[in-house]
Amino acid sequence: MEISSLLKRLHQGDARAVARAISLVEDQGQSGPDIMAGLDPKRLETSLVVGITGPPGAGKSTLTASIVKALRNEKTRVGIIAVDPSSPLTGGALLGDRIRMMEHTLDPDVVVRSMATRGRLGGLCAAAGAAVRILAASGCRLVLIETVGIGQSEMDIATLADITMMVLAPGFGDDIQAMKAGILEVVDLLVVNKADQPGAQKLLLDLGREATSSGRVLQTVAREDQGIIRLLDAIFALEQQLRQDNTLQIRRQQARQREALDWTLELLKPFLRQQINSSPTANNDPGEIARQLAGRIIAEHG
Amino acid sequence: MKTIYRVLIGKPGLDGHDRGAKFIARALRDAGFEVIYTGIRRTPDEIASSAIQEDVAAVGLSSMSGAHLRLFPAVVDSLKRAGAEDIPVLGGGIIPEEDKQLLKQGGITSIFTPGTPVDTIIHAFTEACSKQHQSRR
Repeated sequence: MEISSLLKRLHQGDARAVARAISLVEDQGQSGPDIMAGLDPKRLETSLVVGITGPPGAGKSTLTASIVKALRNEKTRVGIIAVDPSSPLTGGALLGDRIRMMEHTLDPDVVVRSMATRGRLGGLCAAAGAAVRILAASGCRLVLIETVGIGQSEMDIATLADITMMVLAPGFGDDIQAMKAGILEVVDLLVVNKADQPGAQKLLLDLGREATSSGRVLQTVAREDQGIIRLLDAIFALEQQLRQDNTLQIRRQQARQREALDWTLELLKPFLRQQINSSPTANNDPGEIARQLAGRIIAEHG
Repeated sequence: MKTIYRVLIGKPGLDGHDRGAKFIARALRDAGFEVIYTGIRRTPDEIASSAIQEDVAAVGLSSMSGAHLRLFPAVVDSLKRAGAEDIPVLGGGIIPEEDKQLLKQGGITSIFTPGTPVDTIIHAFTEACSKQHQSRR
Protein backbone atom coordinates (compact mmCIF):
# COMPACT_ATOMS: atom_id res chain seq x y z
CA MET A 1 0.00 0.00 0.00
CA GLU A 2 1.27 3.47 -0.89
CA ILE A 3 1.97 5.54 2.21
CA SER A 4 -0.01 8.53 0.94
CA SER A 5 -3.09 6.42 0.31
CA LEU A 6 -2.59 4.59 3.60
CA LEU A 7 -2.51 7.94 5.41
CA LYS A 8 -5.58 9.17 3.57
CA ARG A 9 -7.57 6.07 4.47
CA LEU A 10 -6.25 6.17 8.03
CA HIS A 11 -7.59 9.68 8.50
CA GLN A 12 -10.94 8.53 7.12
CA GLY A 13 -11.03 5.97 9.91
CA ASP A 14 -10.56 2.92 7.66
CA ALA A 15 -10.00 -0.07 9.97
CA ARG A 16 -7.53 -1.82 7.75
CA ALA A 17 -5.36 1.25 7.18
CA VAL A 18 -5.29 2.06 10.90
CA ALA A 19 -4.31 -1.50 11.77
CA ARG A 20 -1.64 -1.71 9.10
CA ALA A 21 -0.13 1.62 10.08
CA ILE A 22 0.28 0.41 13.67
CA SER A 23 1.93 -2.81 12.46
CA LEU A 24 4.34 -0.95 10.21
CA VAL A 25 5.46 1.22 13.09
CA GLU A 26 5.53 -1.65 15.60
CA ASP A 27 7.61 -3.85 13.28
CA GLN A 28 9.91 -0.86 12.68
CA GLY A 29 9.21 -0.88 8.96
CA GLN A 30 10.91 1.65 6.73
CA SER A 31 7.71 3.63 6.27
CA GLY A 32 7.18 4.07 10.02
CA PRO A 33 8.65 7.58 10.26
CA ASP A 34 6.67 8.77 7.20
CA ILE A 35 3.44 7.51 8.73
CA MET A 36 4.09 9.24 12.02
CA ALA A 37 5.05 12.48 10.28
CA GLY A 38 1.88 12.41 8.19
CA LEU A 39 -0.61 12.29 11.08
CA ASP A 40 -2.98 15.23 11.43
CA PRO A 41 -1.54 17.33 14.30
CA LYS A 42 -4.92 18.88 15.04
CA ARG A 43 -6.46 15.51 15.83
CA LEU A 44 -3.48 14.57 17.99
CA GLU A 45 -3.94 17.82 19.87
CA THR A 46 -7.66 17.43 20.55
CA SER A 47 -7.66 13.77 21.50
CA LEU A 48 -7.31 12.63 25.09
CA VAL A 49 -5.20 9.67 26.16
CA VAL A 50 -6.41 7.87 29.26
CA GLY A 51 -4.26 5.19 30.88
CA ILE A 52 -5.90 2.43 32.88
CA THR A 53 -3.73 0.45 35.22
CA GLY A 54 -4.08 -1.64 38.34
CA PRO A 55 -3.45 -5.11 39.73
CA PRO A 56 -4.63 -8.19 37.80
CA GLY A 57 -8.24 -9.02 38.55
CA ALA A 58 -9.28 -5.53 39.64
CA GLY A 59 -11.51 -5.25 36.58
CA LYS A 60 -9.52 -3.13 34.13
CA SER A 61 -10.92 -4.80 31.01
CA THR A 62 -14.49 -4.79 32.29
CA LEU A 63 -14.21 -1.14 33.29
CA THR A 64 -12.75 -0.31 29.88
CA ALA A 65 -15.66 -2.03 28.15
CA SER A 66 -18.13 -0.18 30.32
CA ILE A 67 -16.48 3.18 29.59
CA VAL A 68 -16.58 2.38 25.87
CA LYS A 69 -20.29 1.63 26.11
CA ALA A 70 -20.99 4.97 27.79
CA LEU A 71 -18.89 6.84 25.21
CA ARG A 72 -20.69 5.13 22.34
CA ASN A 73 -24.02 6.26 23.76
CA GLU A 74 -22.68 9.75 23.10
CA LYS A 75 -21.48 8.71 19.62
CA THR A 76 -17.86 9.34 20.63
CA ARG A 77 -15.29 7.44 18.56
CA VAL A 78 -12.91 5.63 20.86
CA GLY A 79 -9.68 3.69 20.51
CA ILE A 80 -8.46 1.02 22.90
CA ILE A 81 -4.93 -0.31 23.21
CA ALA A 82 -4.76 -3.42 25.35
CA VAL A 83 -1.29 -4.50 26.35
CA ASP A 84 -0.45 -8.02 27.49
CA PRO A 85 2.96 -9.51 28.27
CA SER A 86 5.16 -11.34 25.78
CA SER A 87 6.87 -14.51 26.91
CA PRO A 88 10.49 -13.69 27.66
CA LEU A 89 11.48 -17.16 26.44
CA THR A 90 9.76 -17.46 23.08
CA GLY A 91 8.64 -13.89 22.33
CA GLY A 92 5.12 -15.20 21.83
CA ALA A 93 2.05 -13.78 23.52
CA LEU A 94 -1.54 -14.65 24.19
CA LEU A 95 -3.67 -11.52 23.86
CA GLY A 96 -7.10 -12.00 25.35
CA ASP A 97 -8.32 -8.54 26.35
CA ARG A 98 -10.58 -8.32 23.32
CA ILE A 99 -12.91 -10.91 24.76
CA ARG A 100 -14.51 -8.40 27.11
CA MET A 101 -14.83 -5.89 24.29
CA MET A 102 -16.60 -8.17 21.81
CA GLU A 103 -19.98 -6.47 22.00
CA HIS A 104 -18.43 -3.52 20.17
CA THR A 105 -16.63 -5.55 17.53
CA LEU A 106 -18.94 -4.63 14.67
CA ASP A 107 -18.94 -0.95 15.61
CA PRO A 108 -16.49 0.79 13.23
CA ASP A 109 -16.00 3.61 15.75
CA VAL A 110 -14.58 1.34 18.43
CA VAL A 111 -11.03 0.51 17.42
CA VAL A 112 -9.33 -2.16 19.51
CA ARG A 113 -5.70 -3.07 19.16
CA SER A 114 -4.08 -5.78 21.27
CA MET A 115 -0.36 -5.36 21.70
CA ALA A 116 2.32 -7.49 23.31
CA THR A 117 5.07 -5.95 25.43
CA ARG A 118 7.78 -7.48 23.20
CA GLY A 119 10.37 -7.55 25.93
CA ARG A 120 9.63 -4.16 27.33
CA LEU A 121 9.06 -3.87 31.09
CA GLY A 122 6.88 -1.35 32.85
CA GLY A 123 3.52 -2.54 31.62
CA LEU A 124 3.67 -1.03 28.15
CA CYS A 125 5.12 -1.87 24.76
CA ALA A 126 7.60 0.31 22.92
CA ALA A 127 5.16 1.15 20.12
CA ALA A 128 2.29 2.12 22.45
CA GLY A 129 2.94 5.82 22.02
CA ALA A 130 2.90 5.53 18.24
CA ALA A 131 -0.26 3.40 18.31
CA VAL A 132 -1.98 6.01 20.48
CA ARG A 133 -1.19 8.74 17.98
CA ILE A 134 -2.34 6.66 15.02
CA LEU A 135 -5.68 5.97 16.71
CA ALA A 136 -6.04 9.66 17.59
CA ALA A 137 -5.33 10.67 14.00
CA SER A 138 -7.97 8.23 12.79
CA GLY A 139 -10.53 10.35 14.63
CA CYS A 140 -10.67 8.81 18.09
CA ARG A 141 -11.62 11.53 20.56
CA LEU A 142 -10.49 9.26 23.38
CA VAL A 143 -7.79 6.64 23.40
CA LEU A 144 -7.77 4.25 26.33
CA ILE A 145 -4.64 2.28 27.12
CA GLU A 146 -5.05 -0.75 29.29
CA THR A 147 -1.73 -1.88 30.69
CA VAL A 148 -0.47 -5.20 31.86
CA GLY A 149 -1.73 -5.77 35.38
CA ILE A 150 0.93 -4.23 37.52
CA GLY A 151 1.80 -3.38 41.02
CA GLN A 152 4.04 -0.88 42.57
CA SER A 153 6.85 0.57 40.62
CA GLU A 154 5.91 -0.15 37.03
CA MET A 155 4.08 3.02 36.24
CA ASP A 156 5.25 3.84 32.73
CA ILE A 157 1.68 4.48 31.76
CA ALA A 158 1.67 7.65 33.82
CA THR A 159 4.28 9.12 31.52
CA LEU A 160 2.48 8.20 28.32
CA ALA A 161 -1.13 9.04 29.15
CA ASP A 162 -2.63 12.50 29.61
CA ILE A 163 -4.70 11.16 32.48
CA THR A 164 -3.89 8.00 34.40
CA MET A 165 -6.31 6.09 36.53
CA MET A 166 -5.65 3.12 38.75
CA VAL A 167 -8.34 0.52 39.20
CA LEU A 168 -8.55 -1.22 42.56
CA ALA A 169 -11.00 -3.68 44.00
CA PRO A 170 -11.88 -5.05 47.43
CA GLY A 171 -9.49 -7.74 48.55
CA PHE A 172 -6.42 -5.87 47.39
CA GLY A 173 -6.02 -4.09 50.74
CA ASP A 174 -2.54 -5.40 51.40
CA ASP A 175 -1.41 -4.25 48.01
CA ILE A 176 -2.69 -0.80 48.81
CA GLN A 177 -0.66 -0.68 51.99
CA ALA A 178 2.41 -1.49 49.96
CA MET A 179 1.67 0.86 47.11
CA LYS A 180 0.24 3.75 49.04
CA ALA A 181 3.52 5.56 49.26
CA GLY A 182 3.49 6.61 45.68
CA ILE A 183 0.19 6.03 43.98
CA LEU A 184 -1.52 9.33 44.49
CA GLU A 185 1.54 11.17 43.31
CA VAL A 186 1.58 9.29 40.01
CA VAL A 187 -2.05 8.63 39.12
CA ASP A 188 -4.74 11.22 38.60
CA LEU A 189 -7.77 9.15 39.53
CA LEU A 190 -8.28 6.11 41.72
CA VAL A 191 -11.22 3.92 40.83
CA VAL A 192 -12.57 1.55 43.45
CA ASN A 193 -14.26 -1.02 41.26
CA LYS A 194 -16.59 -3.79 42.49
CA ALA A 195 -17.80 -1.19 44.97
CA ASP A 196 -20.86 -3.31 45.75
CA GLN A 197 -18.69 -6.09 47.18
CA PRO A 198 -17.95 -6.56 50.86
CA GLY A 199 -14.66 -4.93 51.66
CA ALA A 200 -15.15 -1.87 49.47
CA GLN A 201 -15.57 0.36 52.50
CA LYS A 202 -12.44 -1.06 54.07
CA LEU A 203 -10.55 -0.36 50.86
CA LEU A 204 -11.71 3.25 50.93
CA LEU A 205 -10.56 3.49 54.53
CA ASP A 206 -7.19 2.01 53.57
CA LEU A 207 -6.79 4.69 50.94
CA GLY A 208 -6.99 7.25 53.69
CA ARG A 209 -9.16 10.25 54.26
CA GLU A 210 -6.85 12.58 52.41
CA ALA A 211 -7.33 10.60 49.21
CA THR A 212 -11.04 9.97 49.49
CA SER A 213 -11.87 13.58 50.25
CA SER A 214 -9.78 14.88 47.34
CA GLY A 215 -12.42 14.05 44.72
CA ARG A 216 -9.90 11.83 42.97
CA VAL A 217 -11.34 8.58 44.28
CA LEU A 218 -14.38 7.23 42.45
CA GLN A 219 -16.48 4.13 42.94
CA THR A 220 -17.76 1.91 40.16
CA VAL A 221 -19.42 -1.44 39.57
CA ALA A 222 -18.18 -1.90 36.03
CA ARG A 223 -20.00 -5.17 35.43
CA GLU A 224 -23.30 -3.35 35.92
CA ASP A 225 -22.24 -0.06 34.36
CA GLN A 226 -22.62 1.77 37.66
CA GLY A 227 -20.67 4.94 38.38
CA ILE A 228 -19.33 5.18 34.85
CA ILE A 229 -20.98 8.48 33.92
CA ARG A 230 -19.59 10.08 37.06
CA LEU A 231 -16.16 8.69 36.24
CA LEU A 232 -16.30 10.09 32.71
CA ASP A 233 -17.41 13.46 34.07
CA ALA A 234 -14.39 13.43 36.36
CA ILE A 235 -12.11 12.54 33.44
CA PHE A 236 -13.42 15.34 31.22
CA ALA A 237 -13.37 17.88 34.06
CA LEU A 238 -9.75 16.99 34.72
CA GLU A 239 -8.97 17.27 31.02
CA GLN A 240 -10.37 20.78 30.92
CA GLN A 241 -8.35 21.77 33.94
CA LEU A 242 -5.12 20.25 32.56
CA ARG A 243 -5.60 22.01 29.24
CA GLN A 244 -6.31 25.35 30.90
CA ASP A 245 -3.26 25.42 33.11
CA ASN A 246 -1.03 23.98 30.36
CA THR A 247 -0.22 20.82 32.33
CA LEU A 248 -1.42 18.63 29.48
CA GLN A 249 1.04 20.17 27.04
CA ILE A 250 3.88 19.79 29.53
CA ARG A 251 2.96 16.16 30.16
CA ARG A 252 2.94 15.42 26.45
CA GLN A 253 6.30 17.07 26.00
CA GLN A 254 7.75 14.95 28.80
CA ALA A 255 6.11 11.85 27.36
CA ARG A 256 7.76 12.45 23.98
CA GLN A 257 11.15 12.93 25.57
CA ARG A 258 10.72 9.78 27.60
CA GLU A 259 9.63 7.85 24.53
CA ALA A 260 12.60 9.13 22.57
CA LEU A 261 14.89 7.93 25.35
CA ASP A 262 13.26 4.48 25.28
CA TRP A 263 13.66 4.19 21.53
CA THR A 264 17.28 5.30 21.74
CA LEU A 265 18.07 2.66 24.33
CA GLU A 266 16.25 0.08 22.23
CA LEU A 267 18.29 0.99 19.15
CA LEU A 268 21.55 0.95 21.09
CA LYS A 269 20.92 -2.46 22.65
CA PRO A 270 22.46 -4.66 19.92
CA PHE A 271 25.59 -2.50 19.89
CA LEU A 272 25.89 -2.55 23.69
CA ARG A 273 25.29 -6.29 23.84
CA GLN A 274 28.05 -6.88 21.35
CA GLN A 275 30.43 -4.60 23.29
CA ILE A 276 29.72 -6.44 26.53
CA ASN A 277 29.97 -9.90 25.01
CA SER A 278 33.32 -9.14 23.41
CA SER A 279 34.66 -7.51 26.53
CA PRO A 280 37.72 -9.27 28.03
CA THR A 281 36.58 -8.26 31.53
CA ALA A 282 33.78 -10.79 31.51
CA ASN A 283 34.62 -12.05 34.97
CA ASN A 284 34.39 -8.65 36.60
CA ASP A 285 31.51 -7.25 38.57
CA PRO A 286 28.61 -6.46 36.17
CA GLY A 287 28.23 -2.98 37.61
CA GLU A 288 31.89 -2.30 36.92
CA ILE A 289 31.59 -3.57 33.32
CA ALA A 290 28.63 -1.25 32.78
CA ARG A 291 30.40 1.77 34.25
CA GLN A 292 33.48 1.15 32.12
CA LEU A 293 31.48 0.73 28.93
CA ALA A 294 29.34 3.79 29.57
CA GLY A 295 32.44 5.74 30.50
CA ARG A 296 34.16 4.74 27.26
CA ILE A 297 31.16 5.72 25.13
CA ILE A 298 30.70 9.06 26.86
CA ALA A 299 34.42 9.82 26.57
CA GLU A 300 34.34 9.07 22.85
CA HIS A 301 31.21 11.02 22.01
CA GLY A 302 30.62 13.39 24.90
CA MET B 1 14.93 -8.15 13.29
CA LYS B 2 12.85 -11.30 13.23
CA THR B 3 9.26 -10.68 12.18
CA ILE B 4 6.71 -11.56 14.82
CA TYR B 5 3.58 -13.01 13.27
CA ARG B 6 0.19 -12.05 14.66
CA VAL B 7 -2.65 -14.56 14.32
CA LEU B 8 -6.23 -14.72 15.54
CA ILE B 9 -7.77 -17.84 17.01
CA GLY B 10 -11.55 -17.84 17.24
CA LYS B 11 -14.52 -20.10 17.59
CA PRO B 12 -17.47 -19.28 15.37
CA GLY B 13 -20.98 -20.42 16.17
CA LEU B 14 -22.63 -21.79 19.28
CA ASP B 15 -20.15 -24.56 20.05
CA GLY B 16 -18.54 -23.93 23.43
CA HIS B 17 -15.88 -26.64 23.40
CA ASP B 18 -12.80 -24.48 23.41
CA ARG B 19 -10.15 -26.87 24.66
CA GLY B 20 -8.80 -27.37 21.16
CA ALA B 21 -8.78 -23.67 20.35
CA LYS B 22 -6.99 -22.84 23.59
CA PHE B 23 -4.49 -25.63 23.07
CA ILE B 24 -3.62 -24.30 19.62
CA ALA B 25 -3.50 -20.72 20.91
CA ARG B 26 -0.97 -21.73 23.57
CA ALA B 27 1.05 -23.86 21.16
CA LEU B 28 1.31 -20.93 18.75
CA ARG B 29 2.27 -18.59 21.58
CA ASP B 30 5.01 -21.01 22.63
CA ALA B 31 6.20 -21.07 19.03
CA GLY B 32 6.68 -17.28 19.16
CA PHE B 33 3.41 -16.04 17.65
CA GLU B 34 1.34 -13.20 19.04
CA VAL B 35 -2.06 -14.83 19.37
CA ILE B 36 -5.26 -12.82 19.66
CA TYR B 37 -7.87 -15.06 21.23
CA THR B 38 -11.47 -13.96 20.78
CA GLY B 39 -13.17 -16.64 22.82
CA ILE B 40 -16.21 -18.76 22.09
CA ARG B 41 -19.53 -18.08 20.36
CA ARG B 42 -18.50 -15.47 17.83
CA THR B 43 -20.23 -14.67 14.58
CA PRO B 44 -18.17 -14.91 11.38
CA ASP B 45 -18.46 -11.12 11.00
CA GLU B 46 -17.09 -10.54 14.51
CA ILE B 47 -14.11 -12.76 13.78
CA ALA B 48 -13.40 -11.07 10.44
CA SER B 49 -13.75 -7.60 11.90
CA SER B 50 -11.40 -8.45 14.79
CA ALA B 51 -8.87 -9.95 12.38
CA ILE B 52 -8.82 -6.70 10.42
CA GLN B 53 -8.54 -4.42 13.45
CA GLU B 54 -5.69 -6.52 14.81
CA ASP B 55 -3.94 -6.74 11.43
CA VAL B 56 -3.29 -10.45 11.83
CA ALA B 57 -1.51 -12.46 9.15
CA ALA B 58 -3.78 -15.50 9.53
CA VAL B 59 -7.02 -16.62 11.16
CA GLY B 60 -7.44 -20.01 12.82
CA LEU B 61 -10.95 -21.37 13.43
CA SER B 62 -12.02 -24.26 15.59
CA SER B 63 -15.27 -26.17 15.50
CA MET B 64 -16.35 -29.33 17.29
CA SER B 65 -20.07 -29.16 16.64
CA GLY B 66 -20.33 -30.07 12.97
CA ALA B 67 -21.21 -26.58 11.76
CA HIS B 68 -17.84 -26.02 10.08
CA LEU B 69 -19.18 -26.36 6.52
CA ARG B 70 -21.34 -23.31 7.04
CA LEU B 71 -19.27 -21.27 9.51
CA PHE B 72 -15.70 -21.55 8.19
CA PRO B 73 -16.46 -20.33 4.65
CA ALA B 74 -18.65 -17.59 6.18
CA VAL B 75 -15.52 -16.12 7.81
CA VAL B 76 -13.72 -16.24 4.44
CA ASP B 77 -16.68 -14.45 2.82
CA SER B 78 -16.82 -11.83 5.55
CA LEU B 79 -13.10 -11.08 5.14
CA LYS B 80 -13.61 -10.83 1.38
CA ARG B 81 -16.50 -8.39 1.77
CA ALA B 82 -14.26 -6.21 3.97
CA GLY B 83 -11.51 -6.24 1.34
CA ALA B 84 -9.26 -8.52 3.39
CA GLU B 85 -9.28 -11.64 1.24
CA ASP B 86 -5.49 -11.75 1.54
CA ILE B 87 -5.79 -12.97 5.16
CA PRO B 88 -5.67 -16.79 5.02
CA VAL B 89 -8.15 -18.83 7.08
CA LEU B 90 -7.11 -22.16 8.58
CA GLY B 91 -9.48 -24.49 10.38
CA GLY B 92 -9.53 -27.46 12.69
CA GLY B 93 -11.78 -29.64 14.78
CA ILE B 94 -14.00 -32.66 14.31
CA ILE B 95 -14.04 -32.58 10.54
CA PRO B 96 -15.00 -35.67 8.50
CA GLU B 97 -12.68 -36.62 5.67
CA GLU B 98 -15.38 -35.99 3.03
CA ASP B 99 -15.82 -32.37 4.21
CA LYS B 100 -12.20 -31.40 3.66
CA GLN B 101 -12.60 -30.85 -0.07
CA LEU B 102 -15.71 -28.72 0.47
CA LEU B 103 -13.86 -26.56 2.99
CA LYS B 104 -10.94 -26.12 0.61
CA GLN B 105 -13.42 -25.00 -2.04
CA GLY B 106 -14.83 -22.59 0.53
CA GLY B 107 -11.43 -20.94 0.85
CA ILE B 108 -9.99 -22.66 3.92
CA THR B 109 -6.27 -23.04 3.23
CA SER B 110 -5.41 -25.81 5.74
CA ILE B 111 -7.55 -28.25 7.69
CA PHE B 112 -6.52 -30.02 10.89
CA THR B 113 -8.20 -32.93 12.61
CA PRO B 114 -7.71 -34.58 16.02
CA GLY B 115 -4.73 -36.64 14.85
CA THR B 116 -2.76 -33.74 13.34
CA PRO B 117 0.62 -33.28 15.11
CA VAL B 118 0.96 -29.83 16.63
CA ASP B 119 4.20 -29.20 14.75
CA THR B 120 2.31 -29.63 11.48
CA ILE B 121 -0.19 -27.01 12.60
CA ILE B 122 2.52 -24.55 13.65
CA HIS B 123 4.31 -25.12 10.36
CA ALA B 124 1.10 -24.42 8.41
CA PHE B 125 0.53 -21.17 10.31
CA THR B 126 4.14 -20.11 9.76
CA GLU B 127 3.82 -20.74 6.02
CA ALA B 128 0.48 -18.94 5.79
CA CYS B 129 1.76 -15.93 7.73
CA SER B 130 4.97 -15.72 5.75
CA LYS B 131 3.00 -15.71 2.50
CA GLN B 132 0.62 -13.05 3.80
CA HIS B 133 3.51 -10.84 4.91
CA GLN B 134 5.08 -11.10 1.46
CA SER B 135 1.83 -9.80 -0.06
CA ARG B 136 2.11 -6.70 2.18
CA ARG B 137 5.17 -5.43 0.38
